[in-house]
Amino acid sequence: MQTLEMNVNGSDVRVEIHPDETLAQVLRDRLGLIGTKIACGEGECGACTVLLDGVAVTSCITPAMKAQGRRVMTIEGLSEDTELHVIQQAFVDSTASQCGYCTPGFIMATKALLDANPNPTREDIMRGISGNLCRCTGYYQIVDAVALAAKRLAEEGRK
Amino acid sequence: MWEEYLFANSVEHALELLARYEGQAQLIAGGTDLVLQSQRGQCPATVMVDITRIPGLNRIEERDGFILIGAQVTHAQIAASALIRDKAPILAMACSQVGGPQTRNAGTLVGNVVNAQPAADGATALFVLDAELEVATQEGRRWEPIAHVYRGVGICTINACREMVTAVRFKPLANACGCSYQRLARRKALTLPTLVVAVALEMLGDTIKAARIAIGPVAPTPYRATDAEAYLVGKKAEEAVFAEAGQLAAAKARPRDSLIRGSSEYRTAMVGVLVRRALGEAAQECHRRG
Repeated sequence: MQTLEMNVNGSDVRVEIHPDETLAQVLRDRLGLIGTKIACGEGECGACTVLLDGVAVTSCITPAMKAQGRRVMTIEGLSEDTELHVIQQAFVDSTASQCGYCTPGFIMATKALLDANPNPTREDIMRGISGNLCRCTGYYQIVDAVALAAKRLAEEGRK
Repeated sequence: MWEEYLFANSVEHALELLARYEGQAQLIAGGTDLVLQSQRGQCPATVMVDITRIPGLNRIEERDGFILIGAQVTHAQIAASALIRDKAPILAMACSQVGGPQTRNAGTLVGNVVNAQPAADGATALFVLDAELEVATQEGRRWEPIAHVYRGVGICTINACREMVTAVRFKPLANACGCSYQRLARRKALTLPTLVVAVALEMLGDTIKAARIAIGPVAPTPYRATDAEAYLVGKKAEEAVFAEAGQLAAAKARPRDSLIRGSSEYRTAMVGVLVRRALGEAAQECHRRG
């Protein structure tokens, strides 16, 4: 066992883990943050996307030890209390979720995209979410949701 | 699987840890390939030595006539680098096609080389650039040409349980050089390529001065289409010439039949097609730049 100390969603945590555990396993099984989904388990679908020091990574193939001393943000860290984050609300309003399993990953990829590029074109959006797969709906509503989130965040910024 | 996960704080420290564990320890950078290989039992090492916190290995810089890329540099960094886009656009094009954004954020170019998979975008571009790798051992450091370190599918002559690649270097492409990266895959993202063709072309007016063509994964390692390259020198840049070069390049392809990547016959035919397209695009780029 090894000790992993990291900051998850603003709180410092210290947890004993096996050195070969992935970040997704630690978040879900040891910290109970089950919003992060494991779907393919091979870094191919993006459902497990979290931000590591602000950068989107697939947590299912990220060794948990890589988070040592670093900041992790999961879908749980996005909303405040019971209030949905602007991106989450945009996904709801755009009907961008069907079974919902891929949604947390899409939302975290969107967060990374909009942090880096607050005013993306539709092409930028498609490229930004190209690391995430949805097997229910296709991507039309999802791209709409990201565009809507960008628009609302810009309006919020102007207030 | 792993019993210990360690962070090296210098190249010397990393090599010392590898020596101490006598083959049981292996270097890890992004881990995008290694974690899966390990989970599948394809990596016997039980101690991971993480190199991503060693100071000084995350830089892309121009020095002494070479462009140097440190061992921690990710595909995302290269794709976004103004220096690479200007002086070695073929590499930026290749790195921007790897996996999806998440994979590019974690996976490194050096890891791509050491892993030696034939379906490697970044490494194929490095064949065009005649890149060299700096290999550090406890005895000292040496530079190795990329073509020397590929020995077969997944076999790199550099042993990550004993030695460490600290950087890649190559000469910048000439200013007037036109590049094209052609990638055939089943989807536009998140998929390994069925075929890639990377071309850098130099022209004088309408005449081809030099051509470099690297192709993968249609043989155990990426390779340079040297017959096609030699044929092109001094020829006029036109469709019939590009098509003939495509045929010469395809003659060297040895793809296997694959349910995932397509039949050998199809992929061999496509080598000719993509080389022809790449040369046409690179020639246009030459005119645009020139």
